Amino acid sequence: MSLVNFTTREITCKIVYYGPGRSGKTTNLQHVYSQVPADRKGLMVSLATQTDRTLFFDFLPLDLGTISGFTTKFQLYTVPGQVYYNATRKLVLQGADGVVFVADSQLRQLDQNFASLQNLHANILDSGVDIRTLPLVLQFNKQDLPRELILTPAELDEALNFRGLPAFPADALHGVGVFETLKAIASDVLRKLSARDSGAQRV
Amino acid sequence: MYCASSAPGTVARSGCSVDLNPRFRFESFVVGAGNRLAATAARTVAESPGAAYNPLFIYSKSGLGKTHLLQAIGFLTLERQPELRVEYLTLEEFVERYHASIAAGQVEAFRRGVQETDFLLLDDVQFLADHREMQSELLRLTEALQAEGRQIVLTCDRPPAEIADLDERLISRLSGGLLVDIGAPDFETRLAILHRKAEERGAALPPAVLETVADLVVSSVRELIGMVNRLIAFQAVSDAPITAEAARALLTGEVPGGQPPAGEPAPAAPATPDEFSAFVSVVRHTVSETIEAWRSRVGEAVLRWQGEGYRTRRLEQLLLSDVLPDVAAELADFASRVEELRRLADAVAAFDPAAAGSACFHDPDLLEEARVFTDQVKEGVAPPPPPSRALSFEDYVTGSANDAAVRAALAVAAEPGRKFNPFFIVGASGTGKTHLLHALGNGLLATRPEAVVACVSAQAFTDELVAALDAGRVAWWLRRYRRADALLLDDVQLLAGRERTQDELFNLFNAFADADKQLAFTADHVPAQLADIAPRLTTRFEGGLVVELAAPDRLMRAEMLRRLLATHQVTAAPDVIEYLAARPADSARAVQGLVNRALSRMDAASESLTVQTARLAVEGRSQRPSQLQAVSAPIPAGLDALMSSREKVVWDWPNVAERLVEEAR
Repeated sequence: MSLVNFTTREITCKIVYYGPGRSGKTTNLQHVYSQVPADRKGLMVSLATQTDRTLFFDFLPLDLGTISGFTTKFQLYTVPGQVYYNATRKLVLQGADGVVFVADSQLRQLDQNFASLQNLHANILDSGVDIRTLPLVLQFNKQDLPRELILTPAELDEALNFRGLPAFPADALHGVGVFETLKAIASDVLRKLSARDSGAQRV
Repeated sequence: MYCASSAPGTVARSGCSVDLNPRFRFESFVVGAGNRLAATAARTVAESPGAAYNPLFIYSKSGLGKTHLLQAIGFLTLERQPELRVEYLTLEEFVERYHASIAAGQVEAFRRGVQETDFLLLDDVQFLADHREMQSELLRLTEALQAEGRQIVLTCDRPPAEIADLDERLISRLSGGLLVDIGAPDFETRLAILHRKAEERGAALPPAVLETVADLVVSSVRELIGMVNRLIAFQAVSDAPITAEAARALLTGEVPGGQPPAGEPAPAAPATPDEFSAFVSVVRHTVSETIEAWRSRVGEAVLRWQGEGYRTRRLEQLLLSDVLPDVAAELADFASRVEELRRLADAVAAFDPAAAGSACFHDPDLLEEARVFTDQVKEGVAPPPPPSRALSFEDYVTGSANDAAVRAALAVAAEPGRKFNPFFIVGASGTGKTHLLHALGNGLLATRPEAVVACVSAQAFTDELVAALDAGRVAWWLRRYRRADALLLDDVQLLAGRERTQDELFNLFNAFADADKQLAFTADHVPAQLADIAPRLTTRFEGGLVVELAAPDRLMRAEMLRRLLATHQVTAAPDVIEYLAARPADSARAVQGLVNRALSRMDAASESLTVQTARLAVEGRSQRPSQLQAVSAPIPAGLDALMSSREKVVWDWPNVAERLVEEAR
C-alpha cells in the first residue's frame, strides 16, 4: 500500500503515538475521536485492561473525505507503553508514516521518557529505517499538572528534543495541544512523502 | 502616456513614465490553482515580449486580479528591459486619446505613438462593445504591432467571442495568441491572500481567524480584502484579540453594524471550537500544496520551455503519470539537457550557423543525436549543401537545344566518376544550367542513395571559404567537402578574381579526380573563355566533357508554357500556347515572364486565357481579327517540313516598321 496512490486516488497515512506508559497516548486519540463530527465517526478500537492500560493498541481511522480529488484517510495508532510489550510496539510501528512521541511532563517520569525514546530509536533502527528520515514530533503532555510536579516545555525540550523537532505542550485530557500536534505530524508526513528526493521513508 | 509626466503612483524608467501601481507586482500576486496558468503566461510574456504569446488575452470576473497581473507584467518588463516603451491604458483612456487626436486632427500622430510602443497593456477591453468605431482602429493597430513583434496584453471580463457586437476579425485576432482565464481563488489561495493582506497592513490576526475567513465563500479578492479591513477595524476598537467565531459572526452579518459598542467585550470564543474542521483544512492545504503541486510545477516548466522553443514531450508524459515522479530530479534533468543542447548548438554555430538551427538542438529527447551531430560537424563530416529536390530530370524540359547535354548528364548520373569527369555545362543565363546541375545531383543520389553530393553555387562556395578563413577553420571546411562523393559547382564564372577560392577548388578538383569522384560545373562561357580563372583550372575543366545549352526553341517553349500554366491550374487552348511560344524568348526565365504577364492580365480582367488576353498582356494592345487569325494560324504543314529548324521562321512580325528602322540603324 503506497501512501499516495495516483491510480486509486487515495492518500493513506499511518501515524503512531509512541511514548512511555501512562503518558497520554490513548487520551490523545480519545480527544481526536471526540471531535470527529457524528456523521463521519467510525469505530475506535481500543484493547485495554481493566485498569485502562493499553494491552495491544488503539486504532482510530479518520476518513477526511475527498481532498483535491484524493480520498484521504488517516490511521492513528497507539502502542502499549509498558516495557514488556516491545514486540507489540515493533509490530504496530511497521509501516508507520510518522510518529508522535508523547512525553510525560512529570519530573519523576523523565527517565521513562528517555527509555521510551531510546526504545523508539532502537525499534526504528531494527526495521532498517534511518530515524532522521521519519517524520517525528514531540508532545509534552500533562502540562496542566501543578508546576512543581512537571518540567516546563523549555526544560523538556532541552532534555528530550536534541534533534530540534517540532514540539508541543499539551493537556490531552482537556484537548489542549492535541490537534496542534496532529496537524504538525500530518503536514510533515504529507510534505515529506510528496517529495521523494527528501528521502522520507516508512518504518 | 508616452513619456508622460510622472504622477503619484507612477514609475519612471528611462525617461518614460508609466502609470503603474507599485503595489501590483508579481511578488505581491498570490498564485493558486485558479490563476496559476494566467500568472505563468503573464510572467513568460514579461520575460520574452513578443516571443511567446502575442496577444495574451486574460479574462476573468471582476476582482480576481486581471489589473494586478497586467501591471505586474509592465513592472517586470521595465525591470528587465528598461529601454522598452511600455504603455498601460484602460480602454476608456485609449478611446479618449483616440477621440482627442481626431478632434485635434492628429490621428496619424496617435497611431504612430501607439505603433512605436514595444509593450501595450490594455485593460478592460469589454467596453469595446460601446465603441464600435474603435474596433477597426484597434484591429489595425493590433495587426501593425504584431507585425513588428511588439507585445500586446489585454484584459477583459469575458472571452473575446462573448463581447457583444465585436468585429469577427478582431475576435479572431484577439484569440490568435493565448486566451487564459482566472478562476475564483480556492481555500488555500484565499488563506494565502489573507495572510499577505494582514501582513501588509501590519495586523496580527490569529491563524484560526484567517482560516475562518478563508472558509467563507467569496467571489472576488476585493471582497476578501474588504473582510480583512473590517477585521482590522474591529480589532482596533476591541481590547480582546478577535476569535474565529467572532470573526465569522462579524463578517456574516450576525453582529449588526459590524462593530460592538465601545467598552463591550468581544464575543467569547466557543467552548469547543471545531478543531476537526481546522485539522481537515490544514490537511487540505498541505495536500494541494504538496501532493498535487508537482503537476503545477511540471506544467509551469512545460510552458516555460515551450516558450523558449524547446520540445517538452518528456515533461508532458510526466504529467500523464499515475505514480508520483521525482519531480525535482526530472526537472533538473530536463534543464541540464537543455543546457547541454545550448552548448552543443553554440559549438556547432561556430562551424556552421545554419546547422545550429537543426531540430535536434530543440528537443531534449534527441540529446544523443545532437551530440553525434555536433561531433560530425566538428569533424567536418556534416554533409555540405545537397542538390535541391525540386529540380529533377523529370521536370526538365528537353528539346533540340539541350538534348545532347541531358543525355550526357544522364550518363554521368548512371556512372559517376567514370564517364565525362569533369562534366561542364555551358549556357547563357536562364537556359537551365542550374536546373540540369541539380537534376544531375539528384540523379547521382538516385543511383547511390547513401552518396554525399555537394551541390553549391560558386558564390556560396566562396562565402563559406571566407567565413572559414575568418574563423580559422579552413581545414574543417575542406574536410567537409573532401568527404563528399561528388562536387557540383554552379556558375564557376563567379570565381573570377577569387584567387584563394580557385586555389582551394584546384586542390579539391585534384583530390576528387584522383579518387574518381564526380565533378560537375556550370558557367556562362566555355572554360577557355572564362575570364580571370586560372588556366590550371580551365584546362582541367576542358579535360572532361563540355556541353552547351542553347536557347529553348519554339517546341520547348510550348512545352514549358504548358507545364507552367498547368502549375497554375490554367488550361490554355492550343492557339494560346502557339501564340505565346512564338514570342521571342531566349531563356526559360523569359518564358516564365510571358506566363506571368498573361496570368496577371487574365486575373485583372477576370476572364479566361485567350489569345486576345495573351496579346494584350504581352504586347499591350489588341489586334484586328484578320491579324489575329494570321498570327494564330498554325504553320502550314508543307512549309514546316521544308524548314530544318522552326526557330528560323518568324511567324509574327509586330511593329515591323520599328524593327526595320532598328535594323537600318
